[in-house]
Amino acid sequence: MSKVNALLKGTLDWVDERFPLTANWKAHLSEYYAPKNFNFWYFFGSLALLVLVIQIVTGIFLVMHFKPDASLNASGVPVAFASVEYIMRDVPWGWLIRYMHSTGASAFFVVVYMHMFRGLLYGSYRKPRELIWIFGMLIFLCLMAEAFFGYLLPWGQMSFWGAQVIVNLFSAIPLIGPDLSIWLRGDFVVGDSTLNRFFSFHVIAVPLVLLGLVAAHILALHEVGSNNPDGVEIKKKKDANGIPLDGIPFHPYYTLKDIVGVIVFLMAFSVIVFFMPEFGGYFLEYNNFFPADPLQTPLHIAPVWYFTPYYSILRAVTYPLFGIDAKFWGVVAMGASTLIIAFLPWLDRSPVKSIRYRGPLFKGFLAAFLVSFFILGYLGVLAPTPARTLVSQICSVIYFGFFLLMPIYSSLDKCQPEPDRVTTK
Amino acid sequence: MKKFLTAILFAPVLAFAAGAELHLDKAPDKSNDQAALQNGAKVFVNYCLNCHSASYMRYNRLKDIGLTDAQVKDNLLFTADKVGEPMKIAMQRADAKTWFGAAPPDLTVIARARASEFGSGADWLYTYLRSFYRDEERPSGWNNVVFANVGMPHVLWELQGDQVMGADHKLKLVKPGTLKPEEFDAMVGDLVGYLKYMGEPVAEFRKQLGVIVLIFLAVFFVFAYALKREYWKDIH
Repeated sequence: MSKVNALLKGTLDWVDERFPLTANWKAHLSEYYAPKNFNFWYFFGSLALLVLVIQIVTGIFLVMHFKPDASLNASGVPVAFASVEYIMRDVPWGWLIRYMHSTGASAFFVVVYMHMFRGLLYGSYRKPRELIWIFGMLIFLCLMAEAFFGYLLPWGQMSFWGAQVIVNLFSAIPLIGPDLSIWLRGDFVVGDSTLNRFFSFHVIAVPLVLLGLVAAHILALHEVGSNNPDGVEIKKKKDANGIPLDGIPFHPYYTLKDIVGVIVFLMAFSVIVFFMPEFGGYFLEYNNFFPADPLQTPLHIAPVWYFTPYYSILRAVTYPLFGIDAKFWGVVAMGASTLIIAFLPWLDRSPVKSIRYRGPLFKGFLAAFLVSFFILGYLGVLAPTPARTLVSQICSVIYFGFFLLMPIYSSLDKCQPEPDRVTTK
Repeated sequence: MKKFLTAILFAPVLAFAAGAELHLDKAPDKSNDQAALQNGAKVFVNYCLNCHSASYMRYNRLKDIGLTDAQVKDNLLFTADKVGEPMKIAMQRADAKTWFGAAPPDLTVIARARASEFGSGADWLYTYLRSFYRDEERPSGWNNVVFANVGMPHVLWELQGDQVMGADHKLKLVKPGTLKPEEFDAMVGDLVGYLKYMGEPVAEFRKQLGVIVLIFLAVFFVFAYALKREYWKDIH
């Protein structure tokens, strides 16, 4: 036994002289000290990493059988659409891989929205974590691009018309718009060249950027240390060895705790994959089981649920300004609604970070923001009516109000004093 | 009224989709009735698989519903030579377009595509196939309540008989077919059960596997939670 240990140690020493393996293990796991009071909301960071791995692994296997080809086969079905059904039927376990990937796309957004909301609750974006937040926002934008490109690939009706609507948004930009949208599609309508370039973006370009950003997000986090539900810095109180008094090594404590979270997540994930893979038409839209038909516009085109709040904001802008079409300003509002989140570190002027010690003003604005976000998401699924447009206009104002008024209400708020050390309940 | 010219690009795209409510009859559940599914497969290859392909479905996949390769070969193999081949058809799509106005769609996943907020895809098909009525203004002589001005004629008319649209907007059977109404409904139920099976042949196995996966995860949870508790007992 001791011989085996000596051999292992020898191997490890050999590696450590050439690559900082042990040093990295310590810096990021066994001697990375995380606050001991993480609660439910702190599961979603590691879960996002898990879903990323699920998407990459299932994606690798899907690419082995998927064919990004919009031409029609002998039965008059687009090859891309038929290859997805081939995966569902003839590739061993292909159905499971595909459902994991399609469910994973929605799960990614669920997990990431929870992760972002955690940041809002506990002020995780505040100094010194501004860069973590910015990297996170870039990850979120990449994720939206990844989902958008990926959704075209099955080449169903919703894939086709969704891409058509979104790419056409660029044509609203004055002067360069029409040419820009043709350049993006590679054709006058969404077609084979669009499918091929979206495939390339989906499997190579965006994932590469995404992985780099995830690495930057985690490196920045491990540089400054994690925030916690009390929003106090654990690094301010250290013991004689320089270890934070309220910190515990990430491994084994949080690795073991996160495994429990992973299992609970996988149970919910499995319920969807095995018992309701379409999730009532929200994860796999029914209309997308019709192959793409450029000559037949569906009566109602709805984006997948995770895009609907921003889509509602786009549709809520109905007034032309400065002689430019309302459509353009809708695009601007939609872009602003996703980008404005990145500015939170500088909009928030509260003396405290965590919602636990904030006053009623912030809590009220946060609640209004949350409600309007859900209403916008719901309305984005539905066809517009005058009443619905009015409601989405009101909700859009609340959405932006939450951010733009934050410098005022967060500094006026009556906050409670923060504790010196973290609290455990 | 610029209000309506919202940021949407395609006016028809998001125009008022909320049309009339679609009332669909509930299709009977045949997913665990092999005899019904086999009967449905028989009806499908005899009545549908002349104009409609099911090009992602292989004949020998019918072993899922209890049919052997020999049984498939002797009774159902009309459009191919080998049981490993998919259910394709001989009709040319260009011809079909001339004859019917639109090429008949591939039916492999039709039961999934026709699902909507009004009911499952099976409900839609079950109602559609029983809702043809005589309409002299249509080229085929038939129209349909669920799918207005459909190109397809009433293929099952000999079995159902002739229905007409009454003044009260209800269908009336004016000339009986070779099947009694309840026999016809049962047959369509079997056919729709088969179409639903064909839309996702793995569906039953998927659910069985899901139960096993959840049981595994539940056991895993107990051990993982116990281990976490053990490690964390000193953290206060």
